[in-house]
Amino acid sequence: MEYVPGIPILKPSIDADNKPFWDAVANHELVLQKCRACDVYHQPPRPMCPECKSMDTLEWVQSSGRGQIYSYVNFTTDRMAYPAMKVPYAVVLIELDEGVRLVSNMIDIEPDEIEIGMPVEVVFDDISEDLTLYKFKKRAA
Amino acid sequence: MTATGDAEQPIPHPALWGVLYRNSTPFWEAVKRHELELQRCAQCGHWLVPPRPMCPKCRSADSEWVPVSGHGTIYSWVTYHESPHPAFEVPYSVVLVELDEGVRLVSNPVDIASDELEIGMPVDVVFEDIDDDLTLFKFTRAA
Amino acid sequence: MLQEYVERSYRPDLKPSVASNLIKDNTAIVGIGATEFSRDSGRDELDMACEAIKAAVDDAGLTMDDIDGLETFTLERTSMPTLVGSLGIPNLRFSNQISFGGGASCANVMHAAAAVATGVADYVVCYRSLNEASGHRYGRGDGYVGYLSEAPTLHYGYFFPFGLLTPLSWAGMYGMRWMHEFGVEPEHIGWYPVVLRENAQRNPKAIFHDKPMTHQDYMECQMIVEPLRMFDCCVDTDGAAAVVVTTAERAKDLKQPPAHILAAAQSSPPEQEIQTSYNRPIITGLPETWYMAQELFRVAGVSPADIDVAQLYDPFSLGGLVQLEELGFCERGEGAAFCEGGDRIRPDGELPLNTSGGLLSEAYIHGYNLIIEAVRQIRGTSTSQVENAELSLVTGGPGVPTSGLILRR
Repeated sequence: MEYVPGIPILKPSIDADNKPFWDAVANHELVLQKCRACDVYHQPPRPMCPECKSMDTLEWVQSSGRGQIYSYVNFTTDRMAYPAMKVPYAVVLIELDEGVRLVSNMIDIEPDEIEIGMPVEVVFDDISEDLTLYKFKKRAA
Repeated sequence: MTATGDAEQPIPHPALWGVLYRNSTPFWEAVKRHELELQRCAQCGHWLVPPRPMCPKCRSADSEWVPVSGHGTIYSWVTYHESPHPAFEVPYSVVLVELDEGVRLVSNPVDIASDELEIGMPVDVVFEDIDDDLTLFKFTRAA
Repeated sequence: MLQEYVERSYRPDLKPSVASNLIKDNTAIVGIGATEFSRDSGRDELDMACEAIKAAVDDAGLTMDDIDGLETFTLERTSMPTLVGSLGIPNLRFSNQISFGGGASCANVMHAAAAVATGVADYVVCYRSLNEASGHRYGRGDGYVGYLSEAPTLHYGYFFPFGLLTPLSWAGMYGMRWMHEFGVEPEHIGWYPVVLRENAQRNPKAIFHDKPMTHQDYMECQMIVEPLRMFDCCVDTDGAAAVVVTTAERAKDLKQPPAHILAAAQSSPPEQEIQTSYNRPIITGLPETWYMAQELFRVAGVSPADIDVAQLYDPFSLGGLVQLEELGFCERGEGAAFCEGGDRIRPDGELPLNTSGGLLSEAYIHGYNLIIEAVRQIRGTSTSQVENAELSLVTGGPGVPTSGLILRR
C-alpha cells in the first residue's frame, strides 16, 4: 500500500489507558494489556479488567507479534476510501497468537493475494517523526 | 464600543449559523443592504423572532419578510470588563433592544458610553460594515 | 465474556416478570408523518422536522397543544428548544436523546412508551430529520479528514490510521469473515437487495421507485469496499419522519387504528464498540441484536414464527441478513440462504421483509421510515401490504447498541 503525499495520516488519540501501547509502538515494540489475575489479554486496553473487575492487576506484556489474518476488506474505489491512501488498498484484521485482534495493513503483498488464515508477523513503519504504525507481513507457517 | 476587528481572530460570522438554519438567511441579507427586516406569520401576523419555519401560535408554515422601523428602547444591557474573545476589546456593552414592533434583538450600542446606558433609553438602528463579508446592525441614541 | 451469546443460552427465568412490563399492550403508535424523501431537499433540517411532526400529529387527530414529550437521536442537529419554539408546544414535560446513530430508532419509541406508561408524559413525538444526502454524510469517513489531525475517539485510533474509517468497511470486516466461515458467495447476498428494490417499485415515495434492479444488475454493479458493492449500501437521503406515541387507553379515542406496542427492547452487550467490535469471541454475528431479540420475544410472548412482517434496519445488505439469524428466523450462517431466490421474503412469502423498500431502496431516515412502515402494515395501508398482518417487527441499527419493537393490531 502507498500513501498519497501531502495528506497527513490521522493519528491515534491517546489517553492514560492506551499510552503505554502507543509509546511501545513508537519504540518498535508491540505490547498487550493482560490481567495477571485472570491470565487474559485485553484489547483495547481499559482501566478495569472486565472479567474480575480489578483495577490493579493489569500489566503490559510483550506480544509475540505473530498471528494470522482473521478477516480483511479491500478498498477498490475512491468512494468511501481514505484519501491519504492510494486505492486499491487492503485493511486486515489480525488475530495474534495471544488471541487478541488488531486492525492493520499488510506490507509487501498485493491486496488480491491476501487470504484469511495467512500467517503473519509484525513490522513497524515510521510514517513521520511523530507517528509510527504497526503493520504485518507474510511469514512462513 | 467597536470590535477590534483583529484579522487573526475574526468576529464569529452569523452566516456560519445559516448552514444549520437557512431560515435566517433573509435577515442577514437585509442587514447587508443596511435594512432591518423581520419575519412575520402571513396567516396570523405573529412576529417570528428568531426566524423559524413554523409559526408557534397558529402552526402555519406561511411567512413573509417585512421591513421594520428600527426604532425602539433599551430593554436591558450588560458590560464586559474581561474579554471573552480576542475580537472584542473591553470594556464593551451589549444591549437588548425592544423594537416598536414589540420584538427584542441583541446588539451593541454606538456612541453611548457604558456608564450612560439606561433601561428605557430610545434608540435607532445603524449599520456597521465590519468587513467585506460581514455587516452588523447596531443602535445609537434616538435623534 | 459473551459466553451466553456464543452458546445461545439466554436465561429468561432470571429476568423481571413480563407482567411487570408497563409498556406491553399499554402503549401504541397513533400517528405517523414524513416529508418527501429526496437526494437534495434544499431545506433546513429544522424545516423538515416541523413538517414531519405536524403531519404525524395531524395523522393522529391531535393538535400540537396535546404534545408534551419529544424523543430523538443525539445525532439530531435540530436544536430541541428551537424546535419547541417553532412548533409552539406549550409545555414540554419530557424530552430525551439517544446515542449511537441508527441503534436509537426503536429505542426512541421504547423510551416514549415508557414515558406515557409511567405518566410523565401523555403524547410523545419521536422524530428524526437529516440531510444525509446533501449535507453531513454519516456514511463518509473522509468527512473526518481535513479538519482533524487525530482520530475522534480513542477506539477509532486503532482503525483510522490504517485507512479503515467508513461504516461500510467496518461492516465489511465482519462480512468477509462471515462469508469465509459459512461459505457465502456474493450471488447469495444479492437476493435480499433485489427483493427490497421490487418493494420500492410499488412505493411512490421510495428514492428508487421507477428504478428496477435485477439480480444480474446487482452482480455487475461497482465493488466499493470488497466484499460489499454499491447495491449493498443504503441510500443516502434528505428527509424527516416522526411518530406519535401514547397509551392504549388514549389511543381508543384517536383517529387511526392504533399500532399497539407488544414489546420494546434495547441491548448493549460487552465488548461493544461502534461497529468495530472485533475482539468479541466471534465477529460473524450481532450480539446486541441477539440479546435484544431474546428480550423482545420474551416480553411479547411470541416466537419468530409468529411474526407476519419485519422491517430490518439494513445500512448494508449483510446487516439485514445477519439480523435474520440473530432474530431467530434462521440458523447462524443461513441468512443469505434464507433469502435465496427471494420467495420467502417477498410480500406473499413466509417472512415479508422491508416492504417499503427499506434503507437500501426506500430511504435512509435513520430507521424512522422502517417504524412508519411497520405501523402501516398494522393499519393495512402499506403499498406492499401483507395480508392479515397482525404482528409487525422492526429493528434498530445493528453493530451498535440497538433496539427493536414488535407491534400488534
